[in-house]
Amino acid sequence: MVHEDVLDNGLRVLIQEMHTAPLASVWCWYRVGSKDESTGQTGVSHWVEHMNFKGTTNIPRDRVKGIIEQFGGYWNGYTWIDQTTYTETATRDALDRMLFIEAERMTNCLYDPADCESERTVIISELQGGENDPDTLLDQELTATAFKAHPYRNPTIGWLSDLETMTRDDLYGYYRRHYVPNNATLVVVGDVDAREAMRRVTHHFGGVPAGDVTRRPHTREPEQLGERRVTVSRQGTTAYLKIGYHAPAAADDDFFPMVVLDAVLTGAKGLNLWSSFRTPPPQRSARLYRALVDTGLASSVSGGIVPTLDPFLYTVSLTATDGTPLDRLEEAALAEFDRVRTGDVTDAEVRRAARQLRARLVFENDCITNIAHQLGYFQTIGSWRTAETLRQRIEAVTLEQVVGAAAKRLAPVKRTIGRFEPVPAAE
Amino acid sequence: MTTTIQRGLAPARTVLPNGTVVIAKHSPTTPAVTIHASVRAGGEFDPSDHVGLSHFVSKTIDRGTATRTAARIADELDDRGVSLSITVNRHAMWLVCTCLVEDLEAILGLLADVITHPVFPRDEVETKRGEIITLIRQDEDNPATMAAEGMLADLYGSSHPYGRRPRGSVESVETIDEGALRAFHGERFRPASLSLVLVGDTEAGRAIDAAARAFGEWAAAPPAASSLREVAAATARRARVIPMMTKSQADIAYGFTSLRRSDPQYYAYWLMNNILGQYAIGGRLGDRIRERDGMAYYALSALDANVIPGPLTIRAGVSPDNVDRAVAAIDEELQTFANDGPTEKELTESRQYLIGSMPRTLETNLGIANYLQTEEFFGLGLDYDLRVPDLLGAVNRDAVRAVAQRTLVPSRATLVVAGPYAGRLR
Repeated sequence: MVHEDVLDNGLRVLIQEMHTAPLASVWCWYRVGSKDESTGQTGVSHWVEHMNFKGTTNIPRDRVKGIIEQFGGYWNGYTWIDQTTYTETATRDALDRMLFIEAERMTNCLYDPADCESERTVIISELQGGENDPDTLLDQELTATAFKAHPYRNPTIGWLSDLETMTRDDLYGYYRRHYVPNNATLVVVGDVDAREAMRRVTHHFGGVPAGDVTRRPHTREPEQLGERRVTVSRQGTTAYLKIGYHAPAAADDDFFPMVVLDAVLTGAKGLNLWSSFRTPPPQRSARLYRALVDTGLASSVSGGIVPTLDPFLYTVSLTATDGTPLDRLEEAALAEFDRVRTGDVTDAEVRRAARQLRARLVFENDCITNIAHQLGYFQTIGSWRTAETLRQRIEAVTLEQVVGAAAKRLAPVKRTIGRFEPVPAAE
Repeated sequence: MTTTIQRGLAPARTVLPNGTVVIAKHSPTTPAVTIHASVRAGGEFDPSDHVGLSHFVSKTIDRGTATRTAARIADELDDRGVSLSITVNRHAMWLVCTCLVEDLEAILGLLADVITHPVFPRDEVETKRGEIITLIRQDEDNPATMAAEGMLADLYGSSHPYGRRPRGSVESVETIDEGALRAFHGERFRPASLSLVLVGDTEAGRAIDAAARAFGEWAAAPPAASSLREVAAATARRARVIPMMTKSQADIAYGFTSLRRSDPQYYAYWLMNNILGQYAIGGRLGDRIRERDGMAYYALSALDANVIPGPLTIRAGVSPDNVDRAVAAIDEELQTFANDGPTEKELTESRQYLIGSMPRTLETNLGIANYLQTEEFFGLGLDYDLRVPDLLGAVNRDAVRAVAQRTLVPSRATLVVAGPYAGRLR
């Protein structure tokens, strides 16, 4: 059972007791991500996330290292398009330490100018490491092509020139604007007493003042009127193909039918951004696997639709088998999309996809960290209660809904095709 | 058959009459069971003219049996939401999946069929050959992989199982046919080379009974023993550059041979590695290269103490302009560690971390299964989880310093840089 409370300063608190292991997991979520960034400041959300591991007024810089590890714990964070989050999982006796860290992170981070400069090159290194991977590079180009207006077009890590020019004051100003309790959700799951945990949350966060959460108006992406294409030509050994369609937002009636459709096409992944993509999906009987991988045209296929606040992308990624021309792979892939778009989906496929998704939802709830993630994630894009109804929502999807979503969402004029064409190394 | 039950993690372990080891642990967190099968059929057993054979087997073993087509296997797995992951390392092939409790018997039966009666159909082999060649080409385009594989080749020699590319080369993969795959399976897949771990929401006794029903009838003589040879530690520094000039970032792989997993000094070595390149974000190396110098997104070390002395590998990804500075920083950190050893605070904190993180490691079915499989592979004993705190507690600063002095010697390091680097690596 989830205990929900909202402090006077607006901090939403979600606590769930789970006594399966002597552990506790804390996640602190902020409703700020790369969609909230301005031109010239792309990447600021992610850079701020990095800076929030570099000491606070009451956690000196040289005391950061080991502050959770001493408890056998693990801590991390991530930034994505709609949210930024921080997590610790450690033995239950570290709960107070974890809450203290998150309260400090919300209020007292230092942003030492030298640390900001040092982190600039770390993040540029992270960006360059991603550019070494053709698949990552192509994904970035595809997304930027599929969106003309909505800030989802920008990579979460930012564009290089912005990373080179942003200042410490840009970072600190952004931190102060968005890191306020009324823009946050705190989640605690594990071997804790809910009432005592709530008391400690109030102790650490109750005195933090609320802020003025001014929302930057988001542009609605205009309707796409024709197929778009982007080709990346770079030295490499392997060709890649990506096909992206505008996807429904999590709150859209088409969202769960599209999740089921993705399972039909590429295998069921589950809906946990933290854990679902770490294990391969059951996909050997999936449409695109049988049509493209079993036939030897592609060496891999993957599909991804994730819950987002605004409409994002449903992207299918393919690696061309050595020697397969991209045109041939593209033709075969589009033929499969056309089949499902014109109604060629069976009830048996939909039922199998639902069974797969049901099993994946069980598998991905195997630890407190994953369970806590889901509560906070869905709260940042709507309500945590969605996390508790995923199974029912998936099982309620009908064949007609899947066929309808495919017809509406997979229209050729709404797709963007990205190709990575490798240029052989010079002799 | 005899069953031993221990306290602590308390798995039940059984050796079936045919030699297969079955280990089961009841864990009721979710209504699911993780099945982890390990067969001693790793890359060390690849013939020298068929490097990559074990990897090829891992890609094709589940593509048809004497009684099931590849499509039927796919349907039986996918209908239950099960993804069978098959991976291979130098010593073992792992077949791992998680299923709902209600599907345990059916999935165990399917897995037994895959392990004991694969047929390697020609059309499936040809399709998979294309996939494997694509994977090899992708590796050749990846600076991190090229640096790591290059360093291991220089450290162990390119014909040693630890120095060979795990997937082989395009040329070696081209020569592997169904006959070679069947021969490898016949030689290495024997009841006595299989250990099966089952962790999940089913009583240990019932899990063992189910495993016995699935694998108990399998009969064959034990496989030939491993003849892996140890290599001499390097006596001089070796440095090599693999130019990949159109990439954005350079990857550094820097390493030494370490020690056997059974070496009594392993625990001092484990702590040394944690302090050097693991603790918090990359230990001392992460502190220096990422946090203080801002040169890299990642800088860390990894220890692979194994049946022979495996590699201690230091990795970092840096801008090409920072390669020389990063290598100098690694040299300096190693030298300082070797000279001074760890501080008492570092030793205490790393020890607390390694002991304190065990509940987290053992929280999930898969985490427990991996742990039990490692216990079995190295013969650590079913009470190993109970003994770890004392084994780490017995290590003092002098012991860590001694292993650091023996190992962390920059003048005997082997390093490879892959990426857009045009300097003169030293």
